[in-house]
Amino acid sequence: MSLQKPLMRGLLAKRLRFHVPIAFALSMLAAVGWKYGVTEPRKQAYADFYKHYDAVKEFTGMREAGVFESVRPTGE
Amino acid sequence: MVRSPFLSLSSPSHPASLPPTSCFLLSVGGDKKSKEETGDGLNRTFSVVALWLLHLLTVHFHSQTTTMLRLTAGRVGSLVARRATVALTTSSARMASHGHEVSEAADMSKPMYWDRREIPLPDKRYKDILTPADESLKEKEKGPWGQLSNEEKLALYRLSFCQTYPEMNQSSSEWKTVVAGVLYCIGLTGLVIIWQAAYVSPPAPRTLDAEWQAKQVKRMLDMRVSPIEGFAAKWDYEKGQWK
Repeated sequence: MSLQKPLMRGLLAKRLRFHVPIAFALSMLAAVGWKYGVTEPRKQAYADFYKHYDAVKEFTGMREAGVFESVRPTGE
Repeated sequence: MVRSPFLSLSSPSHPASLPPTSCFLLSVGGDKKSKEETGDGLNRTFSVVALWLLHLLTVHFHSQTTTMLRLTAGRVGSLVARRATVALTTSSARMASHGHEVSEAADMSKPMYWDRREIPLPDKRYKDILTPADESLKEKEKGPWGQLSNEEKLALYRLSFCQTYPEMNQSSSEWKTVVAGVLYCIGLTGLVIIWQAAYVSPPAPRTLDAEWQAKQVKRMLDMRVSPIEGFAAKWDYEKGQWK
């Protein structure tokens, strides 16, 4: 009984033809997912924080709490 | 003769479930059981003697010697240890210096027989010494194989090979022992660690006290640590509580 001759050439090309498009698709998916899942919310969070940010008020709060060494709370 | 990967040959005279090393041992030292037993006895006494010598050298000499002698004793001790480990691990490949009581050492420079999955055709036949019946069977093998009966074919197979692939590949319950040993050692280690926590470790640093940690959290909130997305972002400064 004679067996069929096995494939001798083009094995890597065949594997790449199958796996590279999948790899590309998954990578694009990961990138898009990261952009809209992480970076856009983060940018929005920063924007919201600084929209109504009063630097002097925050500084005074920190000063009164006593965390600075260059300025002590107003009482002392 | 090619080793059969799928056949499960059942021949009544053959021990179908041999431990892995026994085929190699049998192929080297022959089927002579008596030699194996006396060899084991001598093996045991030698290892006991070797360990006693090692004990002498390392324990009794170590306190009284100068560095030079300790080094020499250590070197000799390691030699004895090596001989002891050789005696404990090998039982067939013994040193020629032991004399006539042991079976002949395996000559690793000659072709050897192995029962291994990756070696379907070992370098030599399994049985070296053939009985006259085996010899005549080998002669018959030179003729047309259709004239061989099934028993004869089986006998010829067993002359050339010790175990078939299914016999070689049969799984054992060794993993249970391994898992049990691992869990036992982990348990022992756990006990040791508990004892260490009670008797060895120094007292914990004061920075781990609950009071210190509370003061630390308050200071972090005062400093506005990560106020946008992190730590202080979760604190409501108007109400003075976590969001």
